[in-house]
Amino acid sequence: MSFGGGAVAYLREYIVRQEGWLDDEGFLGAMEISETLPGLNAVNMAIIVGDNLRGIMGAAVSVLGMLLPGSIVVMVLGILWQSNHQNLNVKQFLLGIAAAAVGLLTTVTLQIGRRQFRQLPDVAIVFVTFVAVSIFKVPLPFILLTIGPVAVWFYRPSIAKERAADEHLPFHRGARHHLFRH
Amino acid sequence: MMRLVHLFLVFTLLSVLAVGGGTAVLPEMQHMTVDTFHWLTDAQFRSIYSIGQVAPGPNMLMVLLIGYHLAGWSGMTVVGLAFFLPDCLLTLFVNRWWVHLGSWPWRVSIQRGLAPVAIGLMLSGTYAIAKLSIIDPLTVLIGLVVFAILLWRHVNPGILVLIGGTVYMVLM
Repeated sequence: MSFGGGAVAYLREYIVRQEGWLDDEGFLGAMEISETLPGLNAVNMAIIVGDNLRGIMGAAVSVLGMLLPGSIVVMVLGILWQSNHQNLNVKQFLLGIAAAAVGLLTTVTLQIGRRQFRQLPDVAIVFVTFVAVSIFKVPLPFILLTIGPVAVWFYRPSIAKERAADEHLPFHRGARHHLFRH
Repeated sequence: MMRLVHLFLVFTLLSVLAVGGGTAVLPEMQHMTVDTFHWLTDAQFRSIYSIGQVAPGPNMLMVLLIGYHLAGWSGMTVVGLAFFLPDCLLTLFVNRWWVHLGSWPWRVSIQRGLAPVAIGLMLSGTYAIAKLSIIDPLTVLIGLVVFAILLWRHVNPGILVLIGGTVYMVLM
């Protein structure tokens, strides 16, 4: 039961600490794949853990487990919303939720990007991407086909070592999503 | 029928473009569903996003509701499969090949290079929701207070979001 996009912290809690399905190294490895590939982190993690434990059936079952309860709730709430969407209270309630979500999304983004926000080249890439999408409305496929390759080239293997001298794993080593851990 | 085909194509595309997860693809999703196809208004998009926020699990389950809103249960099914299945298959495939990529030097380059792009896209997703929802002093305050509380300590964000909705409903 994860709310508001904090699913990954719960995953770590259950996968590593309670069930012992993966050790911390294995968990970080799975996170690397999940975050580099397109798609929701939590769903990608479910695929990897399920596949590693029980093959394709395991992956299918764990994705269903990840998505099914939420799907039912979303549909129930959505159908209620459809028949009450003119109701002023409903409108205001949902607007307040979206406003609160902005605070949440900002925290999550700062948290996930805390390493990137400390390094000048990364800050520049973040900034260019943001401005291109939000100000100049550049379509996402174009972004991923232009800024993406340039950024990967910037960290190309011949120089990646010195640029990543302190840390080989690019993403989130150590305490992460501390905000959402129980 | 044509609408189902369009839904399938749009959400398959969004699926493979979702580098950085669901938030990262929000601006493109809004652009496609509101501006390009006129399936939703901005207000409807915002409401559907909010419903995704309060349900357990990934908030991107909101896409099911977009499908249902436009084409009933078949719309929901088509959008759900189109948005989640390609990424699942890709992850399954890459997971099995990842060990073979272990010594491939470009693996690290791809991870390092795409990370800041993904963060930029997430910022854009946040900005897109902000433009739709930060419309008066009270919404500014709600957003800021949630941000400050989450910086300050661990609170279940689902509860904060519900409180935000309740506060706006009661005070306005």
